[in-house]
Formats: sequence, C-alpha cells, structure tokens
Amino acid sequence: MNALLEASRLIFDPYVLWVIAASAAFGMFVGAMPGLTATMATALLVPVTFFMDPVPALGAIVTATAMAIFAGDIPAALLRIPGTPASAAYTDESYAMSKNGQLDLNLGVNLVFSVLGGFVGVAILIICAPALAEVAINFSSFEYFWLALLGLTCAVFMTSDVPLKGITSLLFGLAVNCIGIDPAAGYPRFTFGSVELLQGISFIPAMIGMFALSELLRGMVHADATGAVIAQRIGNIFSGVFGVFKRYWFNFLRGSAIGVLIGALPGAGADIAAWISFAISKRFSKEPEKFGTGHIEGIVDATSANNSALGGAWIPALVFGIPGDSITAIVIGVLYMKGMNPGPTVFLQNPQFIYAVFIIFVLANILMLPLGWIAIKGGKQLLRVPRNVLLPVILMFCLVGSYAMTNSVYGVIMMVVMGLIGWLMEEHGFPIAPAILGLVLGEMLEQNFMTSMIKADGAFVMFFERPIAATLGVVTLLIWGTMLWRGIKGRPATLSEVAPAP
Amino acid sequence: MSKISRRTFAASTAAIAASATFGFKPASADDAYPTRPIQLICPWGAGGGTDATARIVGVLLEKEFGQPVNVVNRTGGSGVVGHSAISTAAPDGYTLGIITVEIAMMHWAGLTQLTPKDFTPLALMNEDPPGIQVKADSSYKTVKDLADAIKASPPGKFKASGTGQGGIWHLALVGWLKAMGLPPNQVAWVPSNGAAPAMQDLAAGGIDFTTCSIPEARAMIDAGKARSLAIMAPKRAATFPDVPTLKEAMGVDYTTGAWRGFAGPKGLPQPIATKLTASLKKIFESKEYNEFMSSRGFGVVWNDASGYAAFMDKSDAQMGEAMKAAGIAKT
Repeated sequence: MNALLEASRLIFDPYVLWVIAASAAFGMFVGAMPGLTATMATALLVPVTFFMDPVPALGAIVTATAMAIFAGDIPAALLRIPGTPASAAYTDESYAMSKNGQLDLNLGVNLVFSVLGGFVGVAILIICAPALAEVAINFSSFEYFWLALLGLTCAVFMTSDVPLKGITSLLFGLAVNCIGIDPAAGYPRFTFGSVELLQGISFIPAMIGMFALSELLRGMVHADATGAVIAQRIGNIFSGVFGVFKRYWFNFLRGSAIGVLIGALPGAGADIAAWISFAISKRFSKEPEKFGTGHIEGIVDATSANNSALGGAWIPALVFGIPGDSITAIVIGVLYMKGMNPGPTVFLQNPQFIYAVFIIFVLANILMLPLGWIAIKGGKQLLRVPRNVLLPVILMFCLVGSYAMTNSVYGVIMMVVMGLIGWLMEEHGFPIAPAILGLVLGEMLEQNFMTSMIKADGAFVMFFERPIAATLGVVTLLIWGTMLWRGIKGRPATLSEVAPAP
Repeated sequence: MSKISRRTFAASTAAIAASATFGFKPASADDAYPTRPIQLICPWGAGGGTDATARIVGVLLEKEFGQPVNVVNRTGGSGVVGHSAISTAAPDGYTLGIITVEIAMMHWAGLTQLTPKDFTPLALMNEDPPGIQVKADSSYKTVKDLADAIKASPPGKFKASGTGQGGIWHLALVGWLKAMGLPPNQVAWVPSNGAAPAMQDLAAGGIDFTTCSIPEARAMIDAGKARSLAIMAPKRAATFPDVPTLKEAMGVDYTTGAWRGFAGPKGLPQPIATKLTASLKKIFESKEYNEFMSSRGFGVVWNDASGYAAFMDKSDAQMGEAMKAAGIAKT
C-alpha cells in the first residue's frame, strides 16, 4: 500500500506529468506518420530517457507507444496507408468505410475501442504480473533456461512466414550475441583483441539500428506512393460508437483477450495481435461476406487487440525479463540502465516503480481520448509534414541515442552496421524480430544453460526434475515437434502463415 | 537526480566543446586547476554500487571545485573497457575515474595488460567484505555447521555463487576454502551475472550458499528469504552487527574484500594529484558521503595516494595467488 502511495507521489509531479503529455503528443505524431512505428518511437525516446529518473523514463515510453498504436489508424482510414504495422490488418477495411462515407464512425470506433482495449490490457497486467512474480521468485536457472528457449521458439513460431528464414534470423541474433566476454567462463570470444568488442554487442544501439535506421533506408529506397487524402470533412466522430459497442461488445472482449495473450507471448506484438484477431473475427462472424466492403465488426476486434497487446507484452518483460514484443525488448534495456533489473526481485525491491508503470498505463489511456480526438481533427495537416525534413531529424536521434548508450563512437558504428544488416534482412524477407530476441535472450539462454549444467554435474535429466521446469520443457519440445510435423506434412508450420501475411 | 543529470548532459557537451577548442593548456595552469569540467569515468553500469559511489563523490567534488564533474559510464568487458579509458586518457586531471578491485584481477586472467601500476592512485574510499549467505530455511545455523558439512562431503557437491567465473566473490570462496586447508574445487562455483541473480537462485533453492557482499545480499535478507552466517572481514559490519566474522565464528582468519578508489591516468602532475587527494579527504570526512554510504550499507575506508598504492599492490598479490589456486590465472 505504501508502495502505491509512493508511486502516486512519483507520478503526480509536474515534471513527470509534463513528460507524459509531451510523449503523448510525440507518440501521436510518430504513429500517424506512415513509415514510423511504435517501436521506432521507443528507440528514439531512449537517448532522451537516458537523462531522466526511472519513473518519467518509463512514463514516456508507455505513453508514446500507446498513442502511436492508436494513431496508426488515422492514415489507414484517410490514406489507405497504415501509420504503424499494427494497423495494417484492417487498413483496407477502414479505407473502404471511409469511401462509403463512414469516416467519422470508423475513426470514432478506432479511438474508443483503442482506449477500451488498452484498459483491458493494463487490467490484466495489474492482476497477473504481481501474482506471477510471486511464483517466479522460486525459479532457478533450470526454469529460466526453458523460459528463454520457449521465448525464442515462440519468436520463430509467431513471426515468420517462412520458418527457415525465421530460424536463420534467430541464429544470427544468437551468433552476434556470442561476441564479448563469455557469461559463464569469463573468456573473451570473437573480440580480435579489441577492447571495444570486449563489451559485446549492447542491444540498444543494435536495436536502434535494426528498427529505426533500416526503416529510414527502406523509406529512401522505395519512394512512397502517397495516396490521395480522402476529401471528407471530419464531423462528430463519437456519434454511433455506442451503438457499435452494444452490438459488438463480445468482439471487443474477444479481441482484447487475444491481444493480451499474443502480446504476452515473446516475439509477437500488436501487429500480429491485430492480424490474428481480425482473422478470428471474420472466421466466427455471422456475416463474413460483409468483410472487405467497409464492415466495422473486424475493426472492433483488431483495434482493441493491438492496444491491449501493449499491456500484455509488459507481463513477461517485468516478471521474467523476457520481452513480449519489440517495444518491451527496448524497455528491458532501459530498465537495466536505470538499475531496475527486470525479474521477480524488482517486485520486492522497487514495488513503487511497478505500481508507477501501472498508473502511467491507466493515465495514458485516459489521455488518449482527448488527444486522439485532436489528432483526428488535425490528421490531414499532420500528414503534410515534409519527409525530407523529418527523416534527417530521425537519423540524428539515432546517432545521438547510440552514442549515449556506450559513451563512445563504438555505439554509433554498431548502430550503423546493425541498421544495414537489418535493412538487407528485411529486403530479403528475413524477419528482424527473431534476431533481436536472440540478441536479448542469448545471454540468458547460455548463462542459465551453463549454470544448470554445472549444478547438475552434467546430467540432462535435471532439466526435467523440477516440476515447473519439466512443464516448460515439455511445452517447448511440443512446439518444436508440431512445427517439424507440420513442416513434413507440407502444412503451414508457423502461426503467421495461418494468418494472412502482413 | 534528474536535475543533476540534465545539467551534467549540458556540461558534458560543453566539456567536449571546450576540450576541442583548448586542446593544450600551459603547465602553470596546475595552480588554477580545475578551470573546466572534469570527466569521471565509471567502468560499471548506471544503478550499480560503483556508479552510486562515483556519483555521490562526483556531486561533492563539484561543490568542492565549483566546476561540473560528469560521471560517464564506460561499461562492458568485465570492467576492461572503463579501466582502459581511464588509463589511456590525457594525464591533465580532467579525466579521472573510479577504479575497482577488478584492476587487480583482470590482468591475471589475461583479459588486459593493465595493472594498478598504470594509474595515478588518488584515494581508496570504500571496501566491502564478502559474507556467506544461505537460504532462510537452511539447516545450517552457523558458518561452522556449513564448513563441517563442506569438509565431510565429496568435492563439488556443494554449489556456491555470487558473481561470474573468476570474479571477486569466487576468489573469496577459494581463499576461504584454502584457509580451511581444502582444495579450491571442494565447492563448485556456479557463475552468475552478478550478485542479484545469485541471491535469487539461492532463494529459489538452486544453490547452497553465496559469497557476495552483505550490501548486495541485503534485499533478500530483509525480505526474510536469506540469512548471512559470517563475513570475511577483520571486524563486524556496522550495518549488520549480528553477523560474526569468520575468526569469531570458526577461528579461521581470512579476510578479503571488494574495494573502490579514485585514480587518474599514469603521470598525473603532482600538484594536481595532491589537490585531488586533499579534496577527496574532505569528501570522505563529510556528513553527506558517510550518510549516503551507510544508507546503501557500503563500508567506508580511507587510504591516501601512497597508502592506496601499497594497498593495491597487496590486493594484486592476494588476487593473483587466489586466481592461481583456482586455476583461472593465465599469466
């Protein structure tokens, strides 16, 4: 209870509230700009949060990402270009509604159900995270080894259309992770005598490169075919939303639940949550023939799902230090930087920070309603910001951010190299998320494997001796088995092959 | 803290600009030192104990000199990156650093050529002895119970942790075993990514005991999940007066510790070094420093430049011996 009071005291401070308001505006802007993603918003915030206390730093990230995921819906409806990949699943549907003269209703539904979905996500986070942390305090290296392996398995299972490419990307991440000092024996690997390489590939500069720089490169290579902005006037967006809620409240609950679940699974985030909930909505709809003609039903599912996924992704990130999506992968880096090492102990040592994250999530979702309304009203002007000014500014943030992480040019070089690699990978259909997860979880996997082997005196059976470890191990092996079996049978082996390709 | 940080950012930008414009300084400037911001390099990450120590001293040094003191974290490589950055900086007094016990260890492990001799020692300001911690519901009530059980069991049955392979707390274990006449592999060392994960593994029942310092074990001890049986120090810690020393509890006189001190690159001009040591002495005696250190449970010790040099030599020899015994030394 004291921790809760302490958390409110930390948040209701003019400086923190100012940070939250500013990052809300920033998030809205980044989300609404096609080509700039919520993950990029987080990566760009890192250098700024570097100079803040933990609470405003986390507040900035939580708020900006929540806003960005909603704001991505605006250009989807106006331009038929999703602002972030999380809106891609229902962009065509939204645009069709706009063409049918239902732009107001579409934007209203997107805003209101984004807010509601966000609330479901944070509610489940608040209920589940502390309870899970109680359990996780009894986890030893055996459990963590399986959790890390399960996370990496999910990354491939969830995110790649071609499983082989997903695995290749994952192995690349794990290989890069081997650079530096071996976490178990303390022996330098692949350092070629360089003092800088001894520190390994620190993942924040790598992530800024892979998510932000590669995106800039892509934007430069493929000149955007900017569609015509819909010429409708935006009127009262809230009229008719209540009717939609009364009719589709079950879709809202189902979409939000799927969102939290997918968000909490490592590797998959808001974008996949939206695809899957949209597909499920169509599959179980009473009128599936209306999908694709500007029908609101699937949008309710998907727009709730992508916002609830955000809260879901924080559950494994806070409790186990395993990111639920690419945003929380960066958040984990920020947490380490602030000395709040994620894991069950943070719930013991710094409960006030955990409560602060919860409160910020609630605040951000409340704030989304008025700010979202403003963003919708100003949407057309927003989309006119010249890209030749915007992109260099983003590049500058990337450079400053990666320098600040290592306090040397090493971070900048790493960012550029990883950015080029990330760009080449995406150009050839290799998903980036598994590589990032390999980079983030590689050390956890190796360290816990080595410690477990030392504890077990080399006996593999010990990995299945503790009940939770055994369960996690069996689940992981089952997923592998399923993927192999389906692959042999020639059926889609991964989940995103089942959902339409993003 | 946020205010300081934002100011330091502005100041470090200024420092970069300043050092670019006024690359050289006449030697007579020694008396006026310092005339521009000082960079204080910390080889360990923000939020850790070394970083906290560097930052409180940085703040107090700033007050003392009226010039900004910016703490810059140069992390990674088990401390090699930051220690190298300190030792290779220009010896003009504008780049200093906090150096830690690892400087007396990593050259033995073959990670670097750097030794304590590559620095100008200024002052030793902190030392924390290792403790011996077991799970709260462990059947070992005293360190003697634990030691007897270790002696009676086959080598490698007992598992201990606290830091990485060949880290300071691993060497503390090896030293303790040696003092009891046991071989270094009598207890298997489970490498961990620092003390916090080791303490969590202890609470989860994954290992038998940890040999990290008491400040690092404190959160788990306070939460009632672990107990400290003894500390490897000449006298009890002020923050944990109930924990006996090894000598009191079982008659084994073995002490060691992780220390932190301030230093500059080799060849720092004498007047500047003297001035810095005098300022650090003032800080060491200040109320702020002592209050901060005791709030974190950190031990305070003082050694001036020459005392610190001798102390580091002793530490270097002790670590080398323990690392050779543990079979980790390469040189």
